[in-house]
Amino acid sequence: MYVAVKGGEAAIDNAHRLLADRRRGNRDVADLGLDQIMEQLSLAVDRVMSEGALYDRELAALAIKQARGDLIEAIFLARAYRTTLPRFGYTQPVDTGRMQVERRISACFKDLPGGQLLGPTFDYTHRLLDPALAGGAAPETPEVREPDAAPMMRVSDFLGQEGLLEPAPDPADKPVPDDIARNPMSYPMDRDARLQALARGDEGFLLSMGYSTQRGYARSHPFAGEIRIGEVELEIAVPELDFAAPLGRIQVTECQMVNQFQGSAKAPPQFTCGYGLVFGQAERKSMAMALVDRALRATELGEDLTAPAQDEEFVIAHSDNVQATGFVEHLKLPHYVDFQSELNLVRQMRAEVEARGETHQEAAE
Amino acid sequence: MSTTEPDHQPRRDRMAVLARAEGRQLRELWGGLGIDPAFEMVRGPETGLATVRGRISGDGAPFNFGDVTVTRASVRLQDGAVGHAYRLGRDQGVARLCAVIDALADDTVMAATIDSQLVEPLRETLAARDRQRQAETAATKVDFFTLVRGED
Repeated sequence: MYVAVKGGEAAIDNAHRLLADRRRGNRDVADLGLDQIMEQLSLAVDRVMSEGALYDRELAALAIKQARGDLIEAIFLARAYRTTLPRFGYTQPVDTGRMQVERRISACFKDLPGGQLLGPTFDYTHRLLDPALAGGAAPETPEVREPDAAPMMRVSDFLGQEGLLEPAPDPADKPVPDDIARNPMSYPMDRDARLQALARGDEGFLLSMGYSTQRGYARSHPFAGEIRIGEVELEIAVPELDFAAPLGRIQVTECQMVNQFQGSAKAPPQFTCGYGLVFGQAERKSMAMALVDRALRATELGEDLTAPAQDEEFVIAHSDNVQATGFVEHLKLPHYVDFQSELNLVRQMRAEVEARGETHQEAAE
Repeated sequence: MSTTEPDHQPRRDRMAVLARAEGRQLRELWGGLGIDPAFEMVRGPETGLATVRGRISGDGAPFNFGDVTVTRASVRLQDGAVGHAYRLGRDQGVARLCAVIDALADDTVMAATIDSQLVEPLRETLAARDRQRQAETAATKVDFFTLVRGED
């Protein structure tokens, strides 16, 4: 018989009060300001903005503070907040070619116009813990140099001139992209919808999937054609103005992965592209996204489907850490009634097996 | 690309600076102007989302890539001039102020004052920040040296 019960209200209240206390920690230690999180944990802020699919540095910092640094919990908070706001519309597509570049590298060409600009990178550091940083040592002011006035041409532009790189998908073929934030996802999806899902996908998941393609599960022969980090302008068309309203700038990371492709029934031998675009400074994720984007184009390019990273539904349906955490973590909620019925079922099955066992024994005797 | 007509360009440029300007400097410069016009709100200020679009491979077909917080405001001055403002983020006070400035700049004489005393200093601050960042980035440019093979 099912008897409805309730309870735990006081326990829940007290647990949340305890959470607030533990979040604050030792009161002798200064309270953490959002400005400190924004300035000094900026890559954590970027990750919450990217996977929360919400660009707002201050909100991301608040989410990180509230979540005690649990970034998936913070991403969940950002997503939840996002659903409370009205939508004003879609921006014009950002022009990453006119980015205010803070970092730009290519692993394909040494002498590319505009050069290799390392920017504030972890690359070439020795990954040795720095005790001086623990002591709060002040850094030196950055070195400066006269910038190169030459425009920073995309690597894909000069590779494309030779016709050896596939052209980007023509905007005329699909001027209005799908929006998975407004319409439920269905498979198979177009590349634009996949990129939207990957852009907010879990960095760790995309990293593992991208890594699997390098280890031979759907070989894609990738080269980092170009990675750039910097600010792009946003503008939005609105009815009250005769021109697109300028909104300001956001920081993004873009990765153009170039992949050797031997050709198939559908396409000639050439270089093909995987594309990554992520909010903030998120080089690892942009690279992983580009690898996965390329792997998921297997059907379009007529490649054999042999590996998990090529399985669109498998990859896209499991890339969202808010959905994943919701389903995994719901298991800890009370399942008392479900479990009672399972318990009864298993008891009954056991009794039946034991009864049959006795019968078999009797028959054998 | 923007489809801005030439005659909209000064207004668009002004709005672009106001959208990016830091709130504190904007308020300071506004305070220095000593203007305090009466106005009524036509809309907002209200905070919502704009969905940012990118292009596949940077220059191909568009895709939706994530949301950004945007605050907008529209005001009407007593002479009937209407002003609009859009800014990233959630600062409603600054968005309302930007809409008032946009409405005031409907008047050519006032526009000249606003541009010289408010917009230009803001633009210079933003440009200085860009120049500084570009110079810092330029210092991280790799200079490749050809290693000459020794003959002996």
